[in-house]
Amino acid sequence: MKYTIPAEEVMCSGHKACQGCGAALAMRYALKALGPRTIMTFPACCWSVIDGPFPYSAVGVPLFHTAFETAAVVASGIRAGLDARGEEDINVVAWAGDGGTFDIGIQALSGTTERNDNIIYVCYDNEAYMNTGVQRSSATPWGAVTSTTPARHFKQERKKDMMAILAAHSIPYTASASVAYPEDFVKKLNYAKSIKGTKFLHILASCPPGWRSAPELAVQLARLAVQTHVFPLYEIHEGRYFRMSMNPKKKPITEYLKPQGRFRHLTEEQVADMDRMVDERYEYLLEQAERSKPYFEDKKGN
Amino acid sequence: MSEEIKWTKESDMPLMAMSMGRMTVNKTGSWRNLRPVVDKDKCNKCGICWKFCPDVSIKMDAEDYPVVDLEYCKGCGICATECPKDAITMVKES
Ligand SMILES: Cc1ncc(C[n+]2csc(CCOP(=O)(O)OP(=O)(O)O)c2C)c(N)n1
Ligand code: SF4
Ligand code: SF4
Ligand code: SF4
Ligand SMILES: [Mg+2]
Repeated sequence: MKYTIPAEEVMCSGHKACQGCGAALAMRYALKALGPRTIMTFPACCWSVIDGPFPYSAVGVPLFHTAFETAAVVASGIRAGLDARGEEDINVVAWAGDGGTFDIGIQALSGTTERNDNIIYVCYDNEAYMNTGVQRSSATPWGAVTSTTPARHFKQERKKDMMAILAAHSIPYTASASVAYPEDFVKKLNYAKSIKGTKFLHILASCPPGWRSAPELAVQLARLAVQTHVFPLYEIHEGRYFRMSMNPKKKPITEYLKPQGRFRHLTEEQVADMDRMVDERYEYLLEQAERSKPYFEDKKGN
Repeated sequence: MSEEIKWTKESDMPLMAMSMGRMTVNKTGSWRNLRPVVDKDKCNKCGICWKFCPDVSIKMDAEDYPVVDLEYCKGCGICATECPKDAITMVKES
């Protein structure tokens, strides 16, 4: 059998994620790329539950449960300890939800990134505080219903551009990835592993109960997010140079919105508003990628 | 590593919380309402179902056909949705 992603499974069955959990898929792919010589930190998030109760674990690598706001800085500390012992070949990975990254963990993450500590930070973004019952975060997209933004008062603010905030730190590498494109996902983690400094990965991870969608559509929705330009896949190198990982012909945004109960209340007009915001952002990214072309031509291949 | 861990006395316990066994002790197959059934005649052995299972519950056999591990499969149906050959049907558990 010829597999398109590594065959080895580091994460095991029996974990506690809901049926069709994108965050579980994200972990499975990430560990395929990272391999067993990895140490992870989890702040409070769905993954602190998914992994299982003491004395059991599903990830198959050493793991440190941290306070909600400290995933990045605990990872920095583990890295410092490993460096002091001369164990430089171990990947240190902070693994956090969007609440733990975009909101409460942003200070620690900014500190780690400013010092350029040699860790990989992965944010699996299910676009709300799922573990505590779907409260809105600054990663929740405009228009979505959550338990704190009910239909008549659906979220009125745009999703925070976390990649841009990281880029503003001159971070060596930041990339978005999706559970619907495992080959691209694994490639990006392999690249992150191969370079020193802080690396940030932003993963869209579908969440059937939080998105009010069918579990069997979890991968399809993550794919549609890319195909409708809602969640573009791209990289930023050295905080300045943008590259699109793929540039698919845009599908109608309704294909992504319709199967999700969290967008069901939107009127046609509101959908059109959302579509405009998506196009605006996508055009900005294409412009940045165009400007960055000479950089990647010089770099040849990477 | 996948057996249940049991302590008979307090001194058997580690001094701090740590992972000592794997979650494979947790047989999530009991969560399932729908069971994936593979039709080998339609299957082209592409491995896409294996790739997208969030529960690591599909293995490819010696002839490269997918085999669902019913001890753990939660019945999410992603494999059936993603299969390009419609070779997987979700049937109701009795
Ligand atoms: C300081 C602090 N505040 C609040 C909580 C409660 N809490 C635990 S997990 C969580 C939500 C996490 O959301 P996110 O980071 O998006 O991860 P997800 O659950 O969506 O995977 C909250 C609010 C906490 N553990 N610590
Ligand atoms: S609530 Fe969502 S992110 Fe959390 S375990 Fe369930 S599907 Fe996964
Ligand atoms: S139904 Fe879901 S859990 Fe079961 S084998 Fe298919 S993808 Fe895996
Ligand atoms: S995805 Fe479908 S065709 Fe491909 S191996 Fe699985 S069952 Fe066979
Ligand atoms: Mg979340």
